[in-house]
Amino acid sequence: MEGFLHQVFAGLATGGIYASVALALVMIYHATHHLNFAQGELAMFSTFIAWALMQAGWPYWAAFFATVAASFVLGLLIQRLLLRSFEDAPVLTNVIVFIGLLVIFNSVAGWIFDYTIKPFPSPFPKDAWYVTKYFSGHEIGSVGVTLCVLALLYSFFRFTPMGLAMRGAAQNPDSARLVGIRVSWMLGIGWGLAAAIGSVAGMMVAPVVFLDPNMMSGILLYGFASALLGGIDNPWGAVIGGFIVGVLENLMGAYVIGTELKLAVALLLIVGVLTIKPSGLFGRVVVTRV
Amino acid sequence: MAKLLEVTGLNAFYGTTQALFGIDFSLEEGSVTAILGANGAGKTTTLRAICQTVRTSGSIRFGEAELGGKATESVVRMGVAHVPDGRGTFTALTTEENLRLGAITRRDKAEVARDLEKMYARFPRLKERRHQQAGTLSGGEQQMLAISRALMLRPKLLLLDEPSFGLAPLIVVEIFRIMRQINDEDKVSMLLVEQNASIALDLAHDAYLLETGRVAMSGPSDVIKGDETVRRAYLGY
Repeated sequence: MEGFLHQVFAGLATGGIYASVALALVMIYHATHHLNFAQGELAMFSTFIAWALMQAGWPYWAAFFATVAASFVLGLLIQRLLLRSFEDAPVLTNVIVFIGLLVIFNSVAGWIFDYTIKPFPSPFPKDAWYVTKYFSGHEIGSVGVTLCVLALLYSFFRFTPMGLAMRGAAQNPDSARLVGIRVSWMLGIGWGLAAAIGSVAGMMVAPVVFLDPNMMSGILLYGFASALLGGIDNPWGAVIGGFIVGVLENLMGAYVIGTELKLAVALLLIVGVLTIKPSGLFGRVVVTRV
Repeated sequence: MAKLLEVTGLNAFYGTTQALFGIDFSLEEGSVTAILGANGAGKTTTLRAICQTVRTSGSIRFGEAELGGKATESVVRMGVAHVPDGRGTFTALTTEENLRLGAITRRDKAEVARDLEKMYARFPRLKERRHQQAGTLSGGEQQMLAISRALMLRPKLLLLDEPSFGLAPLIVVEIFRIMRQINDEDKVSMLLVEQNASIALDLAHDAYLLETGRVAMSGPSDVIKGDETVRRAYLGY
């Protein structure tokens, strides 16, 4: 029983990271109706920025917040300089651009930081007061960070004029332009926010999986599964989906299919959700009049 | 009276299809001008051309500025508010969020709050539904919302695309009464596109008649109203 509970709680901890990745995916999907396949590599690259800063002697939290800020700028620049030209392009064009970005970030990270696996520190000590029998310091800490990110995002979208403008732009771009919102910039800021969320996920997962240019490839799949399970256009769904996927993955790995096949859970979920309930658990079913 | 809007030789295109062919018209500051015409005459396109949501050539002078080639957002920020066809409601947001979006480019918070109350005073129905999802509002309420949202910008020029469309006659009368009030009290100039020529000519000072993308006739509303062909074709008596 104790072993089972431990698996559940460990699943919740990784679930928090999947939730962050899913949140970043939903954010971009909501605004542009594109799935950003490069989200994971972007997060990996951000984590390398944090690593480099810490190598240069920065304290953890300074490096953490500097990385979040740098990732925001990076995301914004990618949208402004590159993706803006593809705003009206067909979906497939965008998919190819995203895959291009994925490969570019992966190779550039390998080229700058090389492919050796590096340890990445956790800011949450092993003997902190909040450590329990079931939760390690890092596990409970990363869940806490995920919930903080969620609360911040919620407040931003719910209570600030910029958040309102972004919701308006995502929901009805034509009308948004007619009230004077610079829709294209809103997409840029959306990309920046998504990159920033992704960087948090990267920095939270790196102490667990270790840092190397391929560390996010599996996690991105779990992120996709989470976002789809929760409903790709619903941020709350994405977060709940993340926790569900985390727990499910851990339990399946421990008791059913073994750790080697864990990734298959994500793929099965993706295929399963798309065939049985494409709108996900909490997604809206969009009906279009033809 | 000074000209607020002066359009000369305006062409508009959807892709390669030309919808407006060198039309000229102008609008005096503080006045209401109606654009009439049958389906497909280019009425909606004329409004879209001013907002630069279609490709145009020719000149659109707004005060001292030229609008041609500007981004839609920039045109709006100069004080041109558009009530589009289909009303352009942000359906998943609440009524109040819709109104706040109308004023999203303004920085004078206290004045925005006051304008919000003003809209609620003008359209009490919107106040009752302020926290309701705007997509659940009735057609008439959404039209009121669209007009209020546009006014939240404190525009110099209000473009109205068929505010009577799909509404019950009593609601149309109510909306036009309020539009007159807005023109009288707030001195907002209006460019009004309407199928319902009779009610539009009652509100407007001047009118233009479009036929297949060209101006077929223009003049003061009273003159247009008295014209035999207009009466037969558009007023139906």
